[in-house]
Amino acid sequence: MSETNGNSRSKLHGLWALTNRELKKWYKEPVLFLLSMIQPILWMGLLGKSMNISALIPTNIPGLDSKTLMQQTFGTSDYFSFMAVGMIGMTALFTTMFSGMSVVWDRRLGFLNKALSTPVSRAVIIFSKVLSATLRSMFQAGIIIVIAVAFGLQFGADFNPLNILGVFAIIFLLCVGLSSLFIAITIRSTRMETPMAVMNLINLPMMFASNAFYPAKLMPDWLQTVVSVNPLSYTNDAVRQLLIVNTVDYTQLALDFTYVGIFAVIVATIGIILSWRYLSK
Amino acid sequence: MNDEIIKAEGLTKVFNKSLVAVDHVNFSVKNGEIFGFLGPNGAGKTTTINMLITILKPTEGKASVLGFDIAKQNNDVRNVIGIVPQEYTADEDLTGLENILLCSDLYGIPRNVAKERAMDLLKLVELTDFKDKKVETYSGGMRRRLELACGLINRPKVLFLDEPTLGLDVQTRTATWEYIRKLKKEFGMTLFMTTHYLEEADALCDRVAIIDHGKIVVAGSSAELKHNLGGDLITLAIKENEDVSGLIQKVEHVKDVRKEDGAYRIKAEVGEITTPLIIEALRKKGYTVMRLSLTEPTLNEVYLEYTGRSMRDAEESRENVMTQRMVRMRRAH
Repeated sequence: MSETNGNSRSKLHGLWALTNRELKKWYKEPVLFLLSMIQPILWMGLLGKSMNISALIPTNIPGLDSKTLMQQTFGTSDYFSFMAVGMIGMTALFTTMFSGMSVVWDRRLGFLNKALSTPVSRAVIIFSKVLSATLRSMFQAGIIIVIAVAFGLQFGADFNPLNILGVFAIIFLLCVGLSSLFIAITIRSTRMETPMAVMNLINLPMMFASNAFYPAKLMPDWLQTVVSVNPLSYTNDAVRQLLIVNTVDYTQLALDFTYVGIFAVIVATIGIILSWRYLSK
Repeated sequence: MNDEIIKAEGLTKVFNKSLVAVDHVNFSVKNGEIFGFLGPNGAGKTTTINMLITILKPTEGKASVLGFDIAKQNNDVRNVIGIVPQEYTADEDLTGLENILLCSDLYGIPRNVAKERAMDLLKLVELTDFKDKKVETYSGGMRRRLELACGLINRPKVLFLDEPTLGLDVQTRTATWEYIRKLKKEFGMTLFMTTHYLEEADALCDRVAIIDHGKIVVAGSSAELKHNLGGDLITLAIKENEDVSGLIQKVEHVKDVRKEDGAYRIKAEVGEITTPLIIEALRKKGYTVMRLSLTEPTLNEVYLEYTGRSMRDAEESRENVMTQRMVRMRRAH
């Protein structure tokens, strides 16, 4: 009966179409594209350059070397480099959050129902959201690195261009986890306000209770505990190890990848199962 | 093949264990007909359609589309149906063509086949010239036509239309009806549509089911339903504040008299002959007829007959209030 539209179809048909639909909204809209890049640039430029922490350290005290002190605290002698790299994780956090919101739009505008009435798999509908947010974040990570280099990012002594692939890998894991989490939060909502509030509640603490702006070891103990369970901290650490640190701590790097990887698998599984169940109601 | 394209038996949907949206409805839709689900907002039309197009699971009862069970064989159902939803679901940021191709990808139609079909469909709905324009620049009528084209991309055997002309102005609505008729003729499809516009059901549907509070109150062809009402409707008001129902009832050909809001709704076999007789009878007793109208029955009368209230009273949406106001204003002039 449906010989014209059935035979060559795989379980994953429609995945790229739905993912590309999301991406098109972004790459076909140069204004939106630029705007989404301006935020990390502003953070990097204003915060990273204004908080010239190394200038705080007096240079006239004998035996105190500002470079060494910075190196010990931040792992690099340049605060801007420390902070710029933290922007990669932060951008991923915001991009995945907005992809969560797009689910609410699809629901309100009826697109979700329409997609559900076609033979496309329910899992594909959710995967496409996760995938588009992840691809976007990875692309943004690339741009941020380029801009940061232009602004004076100093690569570590151990840096190898192949390390950038490692950065993409950890961002991929983080985003798969985060966007599944946000989609699970938004998929039942028909209104913008509630999920927006929930996500803001999650986002800001996640950003500040991480090592994005400041090293965890200088924070109070209780906060260090929070930082130590925050997947963003592990992502930031991995990106710093890969880009700006002079001597890479491979044990720590392996731990970072394992932690973020486990986070991604667990959260994505839960998020996708919850959403899937909801969609097949 | 079985002549019954859609068959629902005891189909029921209960939300949150208490809100009965659709209450044990039974109906069947025959091959090649346009079947209309008519009822006010909140009567359960969209819930029924959502069950038939497999995005809601029935709480109780069952239904089949082309013999496929909507709960157990939902993917088979999805392959053979097309949907034109109530909302404009096309992606505003994409062009008309991109939207159709996106739909085709959701059905897994190979790109070369999809492109050819998309071009044919764009031509059918007269959007060829606008295919590369973003949908955000489209008018309401164009969006509706684009939805029609998207709903046809998988060559469905059954097309579901949920309130196909909601929110369209009168001209666009009539034009949309034309497209729907054209589709039916060209593709020989079976159409299932919901509407709360009586004139729409009257103009398009071969058969109509009137649904109210989740239940089907009556079903049949529009002509049948009107015929069952037993003739024409005379509405009349008199100056005096007395009940003259008994008097009217005695007039020849009068079948039924009901007093509503100070007016008498009289059913009579042949209105043209009965009306003068009624006036004559009233005048003889010294009553003065103030207002009088004679109408052949419309679906509105059918609706009133079976639900006990006017379709308009049942409507609450602001849009409808506005439309009514405009109708009244026009009548007043």
